[in-house]
Amino acid sequence: MSTILAVNQLTKTYQSGDRSLTVLADVSFAIQPGESLAIVGPSGSGKTTLLGLCAGLDRAGSGEVILCDALLNELSEDARAAVRNRNVGFIFQNFQLIPTLTALENVMIPAELNGRKDARVAALALLEKVGLADRSHHYPSQLSGGEQQRVALARAFCNNPQILFADEPTGNLDESTGQMVEDLLFSLNQEMGTTLVIVTHDLELAGKTQRIIQLKGGQVFSDTRTQTPA
Amino acid sequence: MIDWSFIRQLAWRDSRKNRGRLVLFMSSIILGIAALVAINSFNYNLQDDIDEQAASLLGADLVVSGNQPVTDSLGVLLAALPGEKATKLDLFSMAYFPATDRTQFVRLQGLAGNFPFYGSLKTEPATARQELTNPHAALVDNGFMDQYGIQIGDSIRLGNRSFFIAGRLLNDFASANVAAGFAPPVYVAQSALEQTGLVQAGSLVNYNYYYKLPAAFEVKPWTDKYDNAFRNESLRLQTIAGQKENLSDAFANLNSFLNLVALVSLLLGCIGVASSVLIYVRTKIPSIAIFRCLGMKGRDVFLVYLLQILVLGGLGVVFGAVLGTVVQLVLPILFKDFLPLEVSTSISWPAIGEGLVIGIFITMLFALVPLLPVRRISPLRILRTAFEQDLGQRDYAQWAVYLAIVAGLQAFLWYLTGSFVNGLMFTGGLLVSFLLLFAVARLITWGVQRFFPRRWSFVFRQGLANLFRPNNQTATLLVSIGLGTAILTTLFIIQGLLLENVGEMDAGNQPNVILYGIEKEQMTGLSELTTSFKLPIVQQVPIVTMRMTGWQGRTKADWLADSTRQAERWAFNREIRVTFRDSLDGFEEVLSGTFPKPRAAHGDSVFISLEEGFAESMHVKVGDEISFNVQGMPLTTFVGSTRKVDFTKMRTRFLVIFPAGVLENAPQFQVLVTKSPNPATTARYRTAVVKAFPNVSVVDLSSILTALSDILAKVSYVIQFMAVFSILTGFIVLVSSLLLSKLQRIKESVLLRTLGASSKQLLQISATEYALLGTLAAATGIFIALVSSWLLASFQLKLTFYVPWLAIGVIFVLVVAIIVVIGLLNSRDVLRKSPLEVLRREV
Repeated sequence: MSTILAVNQLTKTYQSGDRSLTVLADVSFAIQPGESLAIVGPSGSGKTTLLGLCAGLDRAGSGEVILCDALLNELSEDARAAVRNRNVGFIFQNFQLIPTLTALENVMIPAELNGRKDARVAALALLEKVGLADRSHHYPSQLSGGEQQRVALARAFCNNPQILFADEPTGNLDESTGQMVEDLLFSLNQEMGTTLVIVTHDLELAGKTQRIIQLKGGQVFSDTRTQTPA
Repeated sequence: MIDWSFIRQLAWRDSRKNRGRLVLFMSSIILGIAALVAINSFNYNLQDDIDEQAASLLGADLVVSGNQPVTDSLGVLLAALPGEKATKLDLFSMAYFPATDRTQFVRLQGLAGNFPFYGSLKTEPATARQELTNPHAALVDNGFMDQYGIQIGDSIRLGNRSFFIAGRLLNDFASANVAAGFAPPVYVAQSALEQTGLVQAGSLVNYNYYYKLPAAFEVKPWTDKYDNAFRNESLRLQTIAGQKENLSDAFANLNSFLNLVALVSLLLGCIGVASSVLIYVRTKIPSIAIFRCLGMKGRDVFLVYLLQILVLGGLGVVFGAVLGTVVQLVLPILFKDFLPLEVSTSISWPAIGEGLVIGIFITMLFALVPLLPVRRISPLRILRTAFEQDLGQRDYAQWAVYLAIVAGLQAFLWYLTGSFVNGLMFTGGLLVSFLLLFAVARLITWGVQRFFPRRWSFVFRQGLANLFRPNNQTATLLVSIGLGTAILTTLFIIQGLLLENVGEMDAGNQPNVILYGIEKEQMTGLSELTTSFKLPIVQQVPIVTMRMTGWQGRTKADWLADSTRQAERWAFNREIRVTFRDSLDGFEEVLSGTFPKPRAAHGDSVFISLEEGFAESMHVKVGDEISFNVQGMPLTTFVGSTRKVDFTKMRTRFLVIFPAGVLENAPQFQVLVTKSPNPATTARYRTAVVKAFPNVSVVDLSSILTALSDILAKVSYVIQFMAVFSILTGFIVLVSSLLLSKLQRIKESVLLRTLGASSKQLLQISATEYALLGTLAAATGIFIALVSSWLLASFQLKLTFYVPWLAIGVIFVLVVAIIVVIGLLNSRDVLRKSPLEVLRREV
């Protein structure tokens, strides 16, 4: 597999009453396996929309998204869900943990959805890695923001995804907690050889990735490499 | 200081985008109040109509009636009454219609005088009533004539005489009762009735004496004075005032039932109010947190939402009252087959007033339960969503509301049932049911958590775990669905029991034709006729009528004067029909003493056998002396035994049985019981009997049972119509309860979707959760229904209790299916929309 994610001439338009608003216009790029990439841009530039389309959370108006050899445009929501479950990990700015499940149960879900028998063991191991083994039976409301994001990190890696999408992963955290989450994210990413796509405002965080795509007005403004791929 | 203008404005602005969400809230109120107003309007109108129509229903100011003519001494009293007088004899008899070669069991009424004095006997042609002065004329029930194609001018044979049908009877004064279904009324002149040969010793004749009294005559002092004298002779006095009371009493059961329906709808409506307001408040939590952050006091925020709820609740109550007033127009149509009077359908302002007051009151109380916590929503909610209550300490206002609800319920039930104790029992029953359902919910959440099957499949575990996870709806759904199921199932079981108990009477090999009024010498011919139709003679019983003159060595007069007497008047003050035989029949059992052996020689003591309930009412035991007057002949006997008699079997049953060898020569008539294989044979046999023995009455029990079943079918229909109110409100409660859970589950479902759950998995999780909840709620509800219907059947209605397993199975499956379907429909949103769209909305 030469590319893990290919985006070709992607356009997304939202309809609001009788007016239409084009959020993404003719966006194209490709990512190699193991690569780390940041999507940056001002508010309203279409970052989160692009991430959602790349991860198969939404359908494009035109153009195509090929994720892990699957042409997402042609897939039903269920088929896209299956692609997500097998290949994709997520981290959101506001953590998006299931409030009624404990930390351990939250982490176990992707593996359980996949029918894995070792879900519990795998989840506990990951919680151990993010330093929350002793909080595994706590509900999200009983955890701090940083702890919740670490649980989300553990969950994101639970199915050994090929690609991880992170939407402002440190946006809701203070500097030191943000730093800890950042370190964890990159070290787990490296350890597991996962492709990483981060949407962020934080140029410092973006600088830690190998490549930065800058969006402006729904179009790719620049696509630059910060480091030489390993 | 409360800034009402600000609160009013904010309440208005805040509600603009969310009014749709309060539709459920309003529908609960509308249906609950509609049921209450409809039923109360009907009850008020019924009461007014009873007051207005009592005179025309009774037809006279004073009526004396009984199964024997008035005695000479009482006759003197009656003769002294001023005003106008009329008499009527009525009896059940066979009629033969030669034109259609049809025989029919009829209620024959012989009229003398200008009865009715109030109201009218409606006939077609309208002047046909005048024909009753013609000794050859008869008036026949219109419905019966229509049904069998009988025309005016046709002849009708009654006993030994033929009459011509002079007109159709459009109403009757025998009051609406079951008999009308199988014994249509026929009127003739009284003098003509006496010539039919049907009125003779042993005939079951009812004697009625009607008096129209001058306005100045005070009837109550007169009846108070002479009531006992008439009762001692087994005669009944009826007045218009008494008729009003009797009618009101007669409708007390109907009222209780209707009130129960109103109560059920209202209670379900209350649950609907509480759960829909809870949903509303939950969706408002982010706004409330913002208001609080911006400096609004908890109290003011609470007032904003209270105002919204009260205004919409008030509108709901008004709509409910209007709907109820419209529905009450239908009720009299539904009940017309059971009511002897026409119920008007005017707008009942008292009922509307009550509906409005009660509606506003309960809306406020039940809305306060979920609204009060609004005061304590922390502004911190804006920063973090918490599940725990915002404040741990007790909220006394909340407890006060609970207390007010219980007190309000008790007051309402007290008002409905007219008895504090009954109200208390109902309130207690409801509280016990609530607590039971709540306890079951707790037990389930505990049990599922404690014995969680960790090895089961993911979806099943997810569904199961939803029962105990934070914000679970187990208790809310179990209480609302369970209570709804319990109430509706009880209604259903009781209705089924009524029909089952009636149906059983006609089952299998039970005899179904009874012939009575047979003279002794007719018996041989009648037996031969019966055998020629290949019908079995199941029972052939001689009957002798007599009266009790004393017991335990004292005369009846002595006993009547004795205020310490324990014997009940009904038991001794009646004409007793006894038989004589020397053995028990298959449905009797001797409880004490020995069953009378045939008397060996004239002059030996006579030992009789009494039915146990009769012996108890008489307060006599084995060995006690009882004396009788057997149609003029005094006869002293001793109680030889008491018997238990199975009254559910279709046989002739006797309170008193004499031994053989005593009454053989006394004036008597015979009863013959047989079993006909089908209605066609019954009809042919009946016609043959009536032609050969005009004085003999043939009662076809199958047709009586059919008439009873018809009436019960109509009653069921009414019950079902009324139950629709409860079902509809129950359904709304169900939908609002499930919407509440949707709110909890939607975010989870979206996140699961994001993490790769398929539609099938999401639907399976929902189906598991709702199927489990539905199963538990329906099972607990049905259990409560079984207990309550057993209690009702055993202690209130005295019915044999059966469990209609099939029907219960159907109810169970239906409830579970509805819950699963609504639950799955709830999940549709998640399946249809893209996860990103929902995540962005920050559900």
